[in-house]
Amino acid sequence: MKYKFIQIFGFLSLFFSCDNSKQLTKIETRNVSVTADLAPNEAVESYVEPYKTHVESAMNTVLSYAPKTHSKNDGRYNTALGNMMADAVMELSNPVFKSRTGENIDMVLLNQGGIRSILPKGDVTHKTAFSIMPFENSVVVTALKGSVVLELVSYLKDFGKAHPISGLKLVLNADHSFQSILMNGQKIEPSETYYVATNDYLYNGGDRMDFFKKSDTLYDLNYKIRNVLIDYFTKYDTLNPTSDQRYIKLKK
Amino acid sequence: MKRRNFIQKTAASTALLSMGGVGLSSFSNSKASKITILHTNDVHSHIEPFGPNEGNNANKGGVARRATLIENVRNENPNTLLLDAGDIFQGTPYFNFFGGEVEFKLMSMLKYDVATIGNHDFDNGIEGLYKQLPHANFDFVSANYDFSNTIMDTHVKPYKLFNKGGVKIGVFGLGIELLGLVNKEAFKETTYLDPIEIAQDMSRILKDDEKCDLVICISHLGYAYKNEPTKISDLKLAKATKNIDLIIGGHTHTFLDKPTVETNAEGKKVLVNQVGCYGLYVGKIDFYFDEHSKKASFDEGPLIV
Repeated sequence: MKYKFIQIFGFLSLFFSCDNSKQLTKIETRNVSVTADLAPNEAVESYVEPYKTHVESAMNTVLSYAPKTHSKNDGRYNTALGNMMADAVMELSNPVFKSRTGENIDMVLLNQGGIRSILPKGDVTHKTAFSIMPFENSVVVTALKGSVVLELVSYLKDFGKAHPISGLKLVLNADHSFQSILMNGQKIEPSETYYVATNDYLYNGGDRMDFFKKSDTLYDLNYKIRNVLIDYFTKYDTLNPTSDQRYIKLKK
Repeated sequence: MKRRNFIQKTAASTALLSMGGVGLSSFSNSKASKITILHTNDVHSHIEPFGPNEGNNANKGGVARRATLIENVRNENPNTLLLDAGDIFQGTPYFNFFGGEVEFKLMSMLKYDVATIGNHDFDNGIEGLYKQLPHANFDFVSANYDFSNTIMDTHVKPYKLFNKGGVKIGVFGLGIELLGLVNKEAFKETTYLDPIEIAQDMSRILKDDEKCDLVICISHLGYAYKNEPTKISDLKLAKATKNIDLIIGGHTHTFLDKPTVETNAEGKKVLVNQVGCYGLYVGKIDFYFDEHSKKASFDEGPLIV
């Protein structure tokens, strides 16, 4: 009886072990830092070299000149750099939009956080455009009812950041209520349709700009914001953006 | 639940012990083997090392250095797999100028074995990804992206099998939901399938049908989402599934000092690892296998060092 028992198990275990099933006994883990202590692999370096040379020369091609340094933090309600970006989107996307739809862009709204670096004094290159706009976001145009544009306007009031705008003129009273809200010099009609250009990040709910969700029409221009900048820098040999009266708060 | 597991395991180990006493001694040529898994994620076109003035990342990263690191590990253990968990593309002008060619060619030079697809790998559209495939001498796996109505059809497999030193390894891929993250125009008819259901299918196929000794998931789902408790993540995936030994993650750029040890649906340990981004780190995980079953390993799972 006992002998038979052993026989059966002996057979089973032979079957198991010859099945080559392996037992995981120990795991060692280490996340290794890639540092300068590691000698660079020469084959990799020589492969990269021509690409690197190409990238560097293309990136350093001078497109324009900035006599002064500008930052996205230069103003409370509007900044020279933000104005330049919003105006560039308006100026360069509108012909694309108009050729496709026959309509004009009424206003542009970008986000202050989307300006990723300063515009430094000196030569303006592709690299400048990549620093200011490293992301791949592109220009989209939405059709918003005037009532929704007014929500957009109250968002700008409530969040109090110098989000770049173009086409819109806002004046706040000292008590933070609106003295005037104008679109291309006109009062906003709640039932009217307005074409608002922004980027796909904000359209998709970035920076809690939820009012864009109320749009029923979207035109993706397939025009990257960075390419807008590159085209703008190529068009103008000197960049002299200014902060202006497009969004201000009265002192009293 | 825990107690039940304990009893089951004890029963199993007792049975094996009694078998071992009789049968295993006749099988003499067994030896321990070591499998090394190296992995990266979210390299985002970072080809060159960071410069000296780049904050926390200063002087770190760089593909040429990573190549040396990988070569050293392979020299030490030829039974090494090199994996990437997606977002290979986007982040430096190399991508903007060359569309991913440099990234794929370098990964081929470094002999990557397999990679999965991240949301940013669609940044030049699905055509942009397809166009670069000839530069990749490695395979892409994704089990929950159904590419059948796209140009990528047949170019991405759900999983890939490897045999390293007699150890059978199954690697499957999982991708993040693209809607809301990537323009529809870019991902076209790519269909996103439920990662947990797919992972359950995959781990069953790899463990039961393919008889893999090691099941690895390369995931671009993200490590965890504190503020979105319902959103699927690697930690959730680990808890909800079984038969996965290691989840290599991406997307959230999470820097882990060492892998997180989670407990899966049947009470076993799963490792979840992620190495931040930009090629600053390489994850290294060594699995030691023994053909002789040891009591300790059966009771408590493998020793994790």
